[in-house]
Amino acid sequence: MGLEQFKNRNVGTQNYRLLDLGETPKTGFGQFKQVAKRTFKGELFVGLWVTLREMINALFRGEMHTVKYPFEKLPISPRYRAIHDMLRLLESGHYRCIGCGLCEKICISNCIAMETRYDENQRKEVSEYTINFGRCIFCGYCAEVCPELAIVHGPRYENASEQRAGFSLFEDMLTPIDKLNLQQEYDGFGAVTPYADENIKKTPLAY
Amino acid sequence: MSKVKTVDNLITITIDGKEYKAKEGEYILNAARANDVFIPAICYLTRCSPTLACRICLVEADGKQVYACNAKVKEGMEVVTQTPNILEERRAIMEVYDVNHPLQCGVCDKSGECELQNYTLELAVDSQSYSIPDTKRETANWSSVLHYDPGLCIVCERCTTVCKDMIGDAAITTVKRGGAELDKSYKDTMPKDAYAMWNKLQKSVIAPSNGTGETNCSDCGECIAVCPVGALVSRDFVYTSNAWDLRRIPAFSAHSSDGFQIYYEVKPTSIDDRSERIYRVTNEWNYVSLDGSARFGYDFENRDVVKDEISFNFAIEAFKKASTVRFNAMITNEEALMLQTLKEKTGMRLYNPEVRAFQKFLGYYSEAAGRSLYSTDTDTIMKKNDFVICVGSALRNDAPGMKYAFNNVQKLNKGAGLYFHPIGDTLIASFGKSVECVTHKAGLEEAALYLILDLFADKSKLPQEVGEYIQGFKRTQKQTIKEKVMKEVVETVTDEETGETKEVKKKVPEMVEKEIEVEQNGLVELLGKESDAFAETFAKMIAKKESFALMVGEDFYYHPKAQNLAKLVALIEKVSDIEVVMAPPKSNALGVALICDLDDEAQGYTIGYNENGDFRLSALGDGDLDMPAMNQQEGTFTNLAKRVVPTNAALPYGGYELNDLIRELIGAPRETIDWTVKLPVAKGFKAVEFDALPNGYTNEGVENRGYLLDIQIEEKPLPSVEKFDEATVMEGEIAYRCNPARQFNDFTDKAHEIFEAFALYASPAKAESLGQKVEVVFANGSIVLDVVADEKMEGDIVKVPDFKSAQNVYELFGDSRYQNVTIRKV
Repeated sequence: MGLEQFKNRNVGTQNYRLLDLGETPKTGFGQFKQVAKRTFKGELFVGLWVTLREMINALFRGEMHTVKYPFEKLPISPRYRAIHDMLRLLESGHYRCIGCGLCEKICISNCIAMETRYDENQRKEVSEYTINFGRCIFCGYCAEVCPELAIVHGPRYENASEQRAGFSLFEDMLTPIDKLNLQQEYDGFGAVTPYADENIKKTPLAY
Repeated sequence: MSKVKTVDNLITITIDGKEYKAKEGEYILNAARANDVFIPAICYLTRCSPTLACRICLVEADGKQVYACNAKVKEGMEVVTQTPNILEERRAIMEVYDVNHPLQCGVCDKSGECELQNYTLELAVDSQSYSIPDTKRETANWSSVLHYDPGLCIVCERCTTVCKDMIGDAAITTVKRGGAELDKSYKDTMPKDAYAMWNKLQKSVIAPSNGTGETNCSDCGECIAVCPVGALVSRDFVYTSNAWDLRRIPAFSAHSSDGFQIYYEVKPTSIDDRSERIYRVTNEWNYVSLDGSARFGYDFENRDVVKDEISFNFAIEAFKKASTVRFNAMITNEEALMLQTLKEKTGMRLYNPEVRAFQKFLGYYSEAAGRSLYSTDTDTIMKKNDFVICVGSALRNDAPGMKYAFNNVQKLNKGAGLYFHPIGDTLIASFGKSVECVTHKAGLEEAALYLILDLFADKSKLPQEVGEYIQGFKRTQKQTIKEKVMKEVVETVTDEETGETKEVKKKVPEMVEKEIEVEQNGLVELLGKESDAFAETFAKMIAKKESFALMVGEDFYYHPKAQNLAKLVALIEKVSDIEVVMAPPKSNALGVALICDLDDEAQGYTIGYNENGDFRLSALGDGDLDMPAMNQQEGTFTNLAKRVVPTNAALPYGGYELNDLIRELIGAPRETIDWTVKLPVAKGFKAVEFDALPNGYTNEGVENRGYLLDIQIEEKPLPSVEKFDEATVMEGEIAYRCNPARQFNDFTDKAHEIFEAFALYASPAKAESLGQKVEVVFANGSIVLDVVADEKMEGDIVKVPDFKSAQNVYELFGDSRYQNVTIRKV
């Protein structure tokens, strides 16, 4: 990397545009006149009017602009990358995770660990899954790499803890089965693009 | 008659316009690989016969399309690896492989190490043009270790090929799938080879060859290793780990004396327990084939050991008090050297019944032969020999590497084999048409060697008295055979018209009995074969054979006439073209035999190292002081191929090592591997630092691991051999000390994927007569064992295993591997 940009210390040659601020008073009386003029012009109340209006709106018209955090929270962008959610299949309610281990592999802060096993139905089962939120940097790679959109970033951003290491288990992040109807489809990194169908060729099937 | 090739003839071929050197008679594919030229191939295995299942290795040689895996190079051959037509074929083949292949790469155990995936990407298959209805194929467990998912199988037949050509079990084969017929229109529209390959693929699937759902095999797991997709996986490993999570540690297999190169693959045990464990063992399957003990006997480590100073001090005191160290073959060269140094400095006796007999035998042999070690090894046999003889080894159980070589010679070198053993083995007989099993009486090993002398020795070189002795067994017998002879008959014919009488000669066929003299070989009859029939089969076997090898096993070392056997082996090597390989009984027996001066007897207070003793050092976790197991140590090992090979520590170990004890007692360097450079040069070792030892194979398949032992050769006169003594022949109930395949010692027994029981093994008929449980009574003790039927055994001799050192089976058997016993039902 060249160091030229640091060596050019000639500020004056850069192209600044100067504001027209009028004449600067030169005498003591002149300065007094400027202060008095600015003080009694009423401009202060022009600014205060906004405050007053909002106060009236908030108190009497029910248009409050602040929320009573932590009792109330603002909605957050669906693409915000906070504490992970584990999603379920909408049809069967079974969790989506297939145990491929890509999130564990791609995790650059090494905070995801999983154990899998061969279950009774001859499928791969995730028997144990943890994320250490003390290490997670919320980069979003896990959600991006997940082939099933099973691990996604949710809106839960409160991750302060008393200890450096804070582990979340699979069950903690999994959509509760009774709230399956509230599960939101994730459209952040790794989600299928709206035009995906147009960009793939169909595999012929003999059925 | 022998033309032993020492140097391969190199020829020049051109691949894609560049000139390369290749060995004469090599397949194009291998020649290309040796020169780092890439030709895609799925179904070909380097040391097995070409299967021609995948057809993807299509190349153009001198303008003609051939399959690189089964076309041999010729001087000046011009090979083109890619033409538009070939690329079209290859792409069509890959598309066909992808038809109906489950899209479950995410959970597949191959996890990216998949050849189907690689070639699909390599040939840029981005769309599919073929389709066919799928067949329902259920997953199956073939044995206690094999798991098969036919849905993932691409029927490349690598598993069946390796099982037949290398392992010899031929336990799996292709069977009918019952899939849909290919659409007729494909025949005209598809590339030719792709259609042929698909036609075959659509009809077949892999299954156990005995028709049941279970393979009755040695459970070596080599089929798992060669599987290019995730169809064959070890039952224990299914869905437990992705390949990329596992750290590979190059090592040697510690149990059998083959010392195969393996990789231990480790990762943390679980989320709760972050200490590492071994998940599986893999190998360079193109160059080395493992046995079950190497692949599945991996979790024998001594876990969770910390430095226990109190026990350590007890151990030091015990050493000061002791007069004997008893150990076995499961020890590295470095540790053996430590014990030998201890012996030299303190006069400690070293007692090792497992190795002592082998050491003596090796001593007798080198004394007689004038060479410090035997002349060949299993890899050389596979590359070169076309006639193998095995005497004195339970080939299926003792040395897997020798079994593979014996079998591979039959399958690949159009070879023949003679197997002499008192216990009949149906598997070995099935290795090839030219395998003759001689099931002789126990104790007739010398006679077998005399027969080999008779059959193979250059009679002019043979000492006169030996020649005469052998000739003494021959007798000529008069045999009456019926022969068709054309007899001339003179008839007097009277011409009716003229009345003249005329003599007319006529030839009339007639059966006559004729006495001929036939040479009968008394040796053959003594060994239980019919002389004429044997002579006839042997004549067929020996035809066109050029290169011979003799495999010698543990029966010889534990034999009352071991010395004479060793001399006979040396004599055979000198007066014939036969080269000899010996199977060290177990593990690092060869290393121990070369490094240590072993004593015949234990005396006084005994320290047992993984063995019985008054104070026990043990890597099994049950001793007075813990020691690291072989997979927790660095060090070297001397294998059957006379090669000193390195291993690395796969798992951590926190306790004291033998080196710490030795340092306290007589002083020692900092690390165990600092001893490597001190291994005795006089015995053939080299003064090489451990870290300088290579551990791998080249693309050509050249083994580049550690170093070969130097063999000292001196001119010696022919050894004088004794006549054999028929008093050694054993009759009656006989027990044979022999482990089931995969079991070698306490460590294999500890491994959770090895299930073979410590039991009495007998042929099915014998097992039935014995019942469930028996007591085997020896002259000096007895042992109670369950009875297990081994379908591949024949005859009445029973096998008693020795892999549990606590059972002291070595002492029951004493210095012979066969003992007369009384077997009582319990």
